[in-house]
Amino acid sequence: MSEDKRITDAPAQDNAATPAPAEDASKVANDAGDTEVLPLRRRKRRKPFNWSTAVIATLVAISATLVYRRDGLDGLTSIFTHDVELFGGILPRMLAGCTLGAFVSEMLPQDKVSRALGANSGFRGLVIGTAFGALLPGGPFTAYPVASALLTVGADFGAVIAMVTSWVLIGYGRAISWELPILGTDFTIWRIITCLPIPVLAGALGRFFYVRLADRLNLGDIKRAD
Amino acid sequence: MTMRLAVDVILWSTVCIVGFFCFRRSPAIFRKAVKDGAVDFVTVIPRIAIGVIGSGYIAAVVPQEFITSWLGPETGWYGILAATIAGALTPGGAVIGFSIGAVALKSGAGFPHIIAYVVAWALFAFQRVLIWEIPFMPARFVWFRAAVSVPFPFLAAGVAMALGRV
Repeated sequence: MSEDKRITDAPAQDNAATPAPAEDASKVANDAGDTEVLPLRRRKRRKPFNWSTAVIATLVAISATLVYRRDGLDGLTSIFTHDVELFGGILPRMLAGCTLGAFVSEMLPQDKVSRALGANSGFRGLVIGTAFGALLPGGPFTAYPVASALLTVGADFGAVIAMVTSWVLIGYGRAISWELPILGTDFTIWRIITCLPIPVLAGALGRFFYVRLADRLNLGDIKRAD
Repeated sequence: MTMRLAVDVILWSTVCIVGFFCFRRSPAIFRKAVKDGAVDFVTVIPRIAIGVIGSGYIAAVVPQEFITSWLGPETGWYGILAATIAGALTPGGAVIGFSIGAVALKSGAGFPHIIAYVVAWALFAFQRVLIWEIPFMPARFVWFRAAVSVPFPFLAAGVAMALGRV
């Protein structure tokens, strides 16, 4: 795994607790060791439109046409107003999530992240990822930018899978705001109990397959290419 | 509503606290982070807008009965499989997934089925993967994560059965 992109980020370099000399970076990255110390990488630029958006846009267009034919213009506009309101409510939180993700990728010392959440962090790393996901405030607009930032600063697939899975299954945000009122306390508590072991298991399974499939699926390039 | 306000307050407090420490370390890094965050936010807006504003239409054309009819109580592990697939196919946001679960539960679906349904929907509902995960995360990570998650709706349902909630 070549890390040449990472070493271009000069202002971030003094941010790392013990910055590695540039020529050491790619060498250290290769063994993915516990003590891996890397300068922060340049953040990946996100694209405003891509194939997943195209799929959704097509589905939306087809569905909107069906709604129009079934319910007429009124049906079309009432759904539109409702969803625009929803989107308006989400926007400020999305801004908070993106800013938080940016702070996380600038602030977290790479050596500590890869020690706590890296490929060799073991069971403890999965538990830390799980706890982090469970405590992270906000919705998808926070969790995914932060998870993505963790991937870029040295966390491995396993720990980030544990984090995302924990956020989605045992995070309090969605459970309190939606599940509890809609499905009731009894169901919610049972659901969370049955889900408690899942984040660590998912992270462990992720690591198991990552080690075996990373080369075949080109997953090793992910921090560089994606 | 107050709960959601509380979550917002926690969220923005976290942003402010992390931002404060970032500023104290270096105002230059702080400015770079704020700019990076803002650029990410702006570039992702069109994708999220299409998804969120359009999701109501997708939800409106998928009949709820179609999904709940898969979740019958006496269907055993095939029913759990159906519930998992239904969860993955359920469009719309949090309200829709949980509401369908609630309706199915009231109309007599099995408890482990609804656990599997909610877990599958949380882990790999296609719409959340496409609208939220892919824009923010490396696509290959997202597919890998979803693939690794496949056994877990079954595990959760199994645990619910083992604990006596049938």
